[in-house]
Amino acid sequence: MSAFVDAWHYFTGNFNEFLTLLQEHLFMVVIAELGAIVVAIPIAILAVQNDRTKRVVMAVGNVSQTVPTLAVIALVYPLLGIGFNSAVFGIWLYALLPILTNTVTGIEDVDEGTVNAARGMGMTDLEILRKIQIPLALPVIFAGIRTSSVINVGTAYLAFFIGGGGLGVWVITGIQLFNTPQMLAGAIPGAILAITADLLFASIERYLGQDNDAQVGVAA
Amino acid sequence: MTTNTIEFDDVTKVYGDDMVAIEDVTYGVEKGTTTVLVGPSGCGKTTTMELVNRLEDPTEGTVYYEGTDIQELDRIQLRREIGYVIQEIGLFDHMTVGENVATVPELKGWDRDRINDRIDELLDLMDLPPTEYRDQYPRSLSGGQRQRVGIARALAGDPDVLLMDEPFGALDPITRETLQNEFLEIQEKINTTILFVTHSIDEALKMGDKIAIYDVGEVVQYGTPQEILESPANNFVEDFVGADRGLKRLQVTQVKELLAAPVKEAESGGRGVAVATDGNGSHELSPTDSAQVALSRMIQYDVETLPVTDDGRVVGEIEKSDIHQIARTEG
Repeated sequence: MSAFVDAWHYFTGNFNEFLTLLQEHLFMVVIAELGAIVVAIPIAILAVQNDRTKRVVMAVGNVSQTVPTLAVIALVYPLLGIGFNSAVFGIWLYALLPILTNTVTGIEDVDEGTVNAARGMGMTDLEILRKIQIPLALPVIFAGIRTSSVINVGTAYLAFFIGGGGLGVWVITGIQLFNTPQMLAGAIPGAILAITADLLFASIERYLGQDNDAQVGVAA
Repeated sequence: MTTNTIEFDDVTKVYGDDMVAIEDVTYGVEKGTTTVLVGPSGCGKTTTMELVNRLEDPTEGTVYYEGTDIQELDRIQLRREIGYVIQEIGLFDHMTVGENVATVPELKGWDRDRINDRIDELLDLMDLPPTEYRDQYPRSLSGGQRQRVGIARALAGDPDVLLMDEPFGALDPITRETLQNEFLEIQEKINTTILFVTHSIDEALKMGDKIAIYDVGEVVQYGTPQEILESPANNFVEDFVGADRGLKRLQVTQVKELLAAPVKEAESGGRGVAVATDGNGSHELSPTDSAQVALSRMIQYDVETLPVTDDGRVVGEIEKSDIHQIARTEG
């Protein structure tokens, strides 16, 4: 128990440094996430237009997710050197996958009858995508964004290894110096951050899903 | 060809290299009538229908729409002129009932007021009061209500042709019958040319002005329900129609067809006494009742004759032997 008390003392004693690290951490997470959303969703939408590209994207997506986060960071280092940019790139790369796979799955899983009805009524492929598939896939796409955001909070701890800063500075230094209070002071805020991000996105997801699902209870 | 809205001219559809879905299909669908495509699953009836809104294109032969080769028409425009109802209903769950119904009018670019009026008109027609249902989401509706919305949506763009692919297939028997009856009434009002796919011969006999019976890729018989019941083209049709086709003929024969000649008004005064009602319901028949209903009432009340009345006036009389006669005739 005393480790937590010590951690609290370390935390309050170095609060200004904490704010700097937190800011770096959040900055990496948010930039990488936004970049991932902007890139992954359009790629996924293009990929579902064709069976082969879809299979390739899903295969790459699923295999890539088995590569350890640390390996991704390690791979980025020889390519882009050290610093904030390489760290963001590594996190971004890892954040792409859940969004990519969820967007593909979400669009694919839209009921075939619904798409057939839309096509038979005279919607063009673009209209089907815009008015039917994407709106119906939105909750699933958002679940991907939620997963990747939470993953990002964890991945960003490893940024320290390539000079990216963030809360990893305290955690990894703490581990190396056997300074448990410092390690915990860096780790606990990260855990809280991940949970907060998850809850925040969950509530947005619920709001998005409302049109589709909230009425299910009434039907029974 | 001029009176036919849709004309299949020697149409063959082959999927892949050698999967023949339909072969040498030729018949016409008359304007304002309902043609039912019926047959076992995999017989090509749905494929035939999908040729009409160009979800599929023929491998050989030509489909004409209002006299024009369908291949020359823009498929998007064509689909917007053709209503489409499918078994899975395919309602857009993220849109309200009203938005679902508005789909085709919006694609066609109608103005907002016209669309709103159309939504209310159709929901009224389908017995879904707009004030209650317009803003609901499809998932809160029952299966029957969902299919009503599906039909309203298909009718919204004022289509010249309505394609219905097993529209009542997924419903329970009671809801199915209610919707069939309602749809028959609606059909009289809208006067649209309808192509209706089903695997049920009973539904075909009930809904169709004309019936096309399919057996693996071929149309084996095309005719009115009476023609098909009276003279099945071959053993397949005979089996498909069932051993009880004598009884089925009673279903498709209306009482008014059995009345030899309309009874003069002067006479009807004298016979009016025959009209009697008791606590169990009415003894009299209406001219649009089926011969089956007539026979069932005769058995129920243990009588040999029943009066036929229209608007409370006796127009004739049906004898049990008349009904036996229909069932007995062999083609």
